[in-house]
Amino acid sequence: MTFHIAVITAGITQPSSTRLLADRLTEATVRALGAHDVGDVVVEVVDVRDVAHDLTNNVLTGFASPDLQVRLDAIAEADAVVVATPVYAASYSGLFKMLVDVLPKDALRDTPVLLGATGGTARHSLAIDHALRPLFAHLGALVAPVAVFAASEDWGSVDAGRLGERIDRAGTAFAALISGSTRAARVDPFEDVTPFEAMLTDLRG
Amino acid sequence: MQFGIFTVGDVTTDPTTGRTPTEHERIEATVAIAKKAEEVGLDVFATGQHHNPPFIPSAPTTTLAYIAAHTERIILSTSTTLITTTDPVRIAEDYATLQHLSNGRMDLMMGRGNTGPVYPWFGKDIRDGIPLAIENYALLHRLWREDVVDWQGKYRTPLQGFTSTPRPLDGIPPFVWHGSIRSPEIAEQAAYYGDGFFSNHIFWPASHTKQMVQLYRRRFEHYGHGRADQAIVGLGGQVFMRKNSQDAVREFRPYFDNAPVYGHGPSLEEFTSQTPLTVGSPQEVIEKTLGFREYAGDYQRQLWLLDHAGLPLKTVLEQLDILGEEVVPVLRKEFAALRPAHVPDAPTHPSLLAAAGGGHDSTVHAVDDVTGASPESDHTATLEVTK
Repeated sequence: MTFHIAVITAGITQPSSTRLLADRLTEATVRALGAHDVGDVVVEVVDVRDVAHDLTNNVLTGFASPDLQVRLDAIAEADAVVVATPVYAASYSGLFKMLVDVLPKDALRDTPVLLGATGGTARHSLAIDHALRPLFAHLGALVAPVAVFAASEDWGSVDAGRLGERIDRAGTAFAALISGSTRAARVDPFEDVTPFEAMLTDLRG
Repeated sequence: MQFGIFTVGDVTTDPTTGRTPTEHERIEATVAIAKKAEEVGLDVFATGQHHNPPFIPSAPTTTLAYIAAHTERIILSTSTTLITTTDPVRIAEDYATLQHLSNGRMDLMMGRGNTGPVYPWFGKDIRDGIPLAIENYALLHRLWREDVVDWQGKYRTPLQGFTSTPRPLDGIPPFVWHGSIRSPEIAEQAAYYGDGFFSNHIFWPASHTKQMVQLYRRRFEHYGHGRADQAIVGLGGQVFMRKNSQDAVREFRPYFDNAPVYGHGPSLEEFTSQTPLTVGSPQEVIEKTLGFREYAGDYQRQLWLLDHAGLPLKTVLEQLDILGEEVVPVLRKEFAALRPAHVPDAPTHPSLLAAAGGGHDSTVHAVDDVTGASPESDHTATLEVTK
């Protein structure tokens, strides 16, 4: 049995923090899937920058180039999809939306989707909830409750550690969702207490 | 196998001169192109039907009847007749009249039309496109086969005791093709009736055409009209030719880059590799066209689009000369050599007449065939009795 994860990343720069977020969300998911019986995991990354011209052509002509078609097929046939887009003007990027616009009808219906977004400041973090969630609700996707927004500051400050935790939590919850578990195992803070030394270590970073 | 051209009838600015033809010039050019198509030995001329600018063919049967009067041999057809927004009663009447005036030298291709606002102008809704095509054609099919029709449906007023006149020439209904790009329902419809299926083919990857033609062939056999490879298939094509390939590319590129359908999108090179468009030498057109057979099977009708995107009339007529002199004679020979004997030609009025064992006049006179009385004479008789 093979489990297919398609990753859609809409970052533009090289290297891209959006791509980094997409990769880390995927790693966290694949790692957490190790605890579930889903067979071999195959990851296919769709970087929209690689098919930017093809997307424009598809919008104009109504059909996908061979290069774009293999990517659309990978997304439509995936068992789960991880998406990451930069936030432009309070929403997902235009290029990201072009890819969504040319997906075949019902390509993501009932597909579990993990949402991620990046932006210059944490003040954009609700873009996931007011832009991405309605879009994927319209597409009929099974949107994971935990999503991750990464602001520039999250990559290089005391918050960087928290970003790592948020990514792990999102990956663990997503792995549980897509492997059919109803929910991730709860941590009982009274049963499974964090040793004080660990708390101190965490603080020292 | 039949070879011909189909026109959309667009009035488009020539991007190399900035000049836009008038509607009058475009209508006259359409007639000139049709006459030239016959002169260079092509078999079919088909015109579209549109009810919005920048298109001129809103009254296709008027144009086709005029062309019929000025030609001898070429088959006149449509690409397409809007079965969704045109009253099927008017299609039955208009095209039966064209059939009589052209002496059977016509057929027609049903299509739905993809322009949303056109539908409400004719009291319809584009979201009903498929059901309209199905109901309207079911009525049209009966109007040409039954002298008196009682009918009730969802989209037009009911008919009681309705006779569509004139009745088809020799009692043979015009042959019908159904055109579609990606709707499996239309391939299924064509298969159900044993009608022809035409894949627009141009502007789209071959994979769309392959899928649709395979479905049509499989269902044609399912409905008992013959073997799958005996189904009647037509394909579109789009070409621009010059003796030297490079000259063709250089001359056509500005028209391609600014064309209404695909302009400002993919490059000419991308589009020629991904769709049936061929820009090059006559030999390249021959090779590409022969290649269609590999995924569509042995087919009966090949129509090319030549006169769009603002190409001047003079250029279109030159293209027709090249088609007639260098391309079609070779294709006729090559396709004929490849085609197995059991694959039929596209039906024509003479072939349908022969298959029916000859024709009969099917005029419906306003007289009761049994009593010999007409409503008018009954009325007269009553008056006489009263006196």
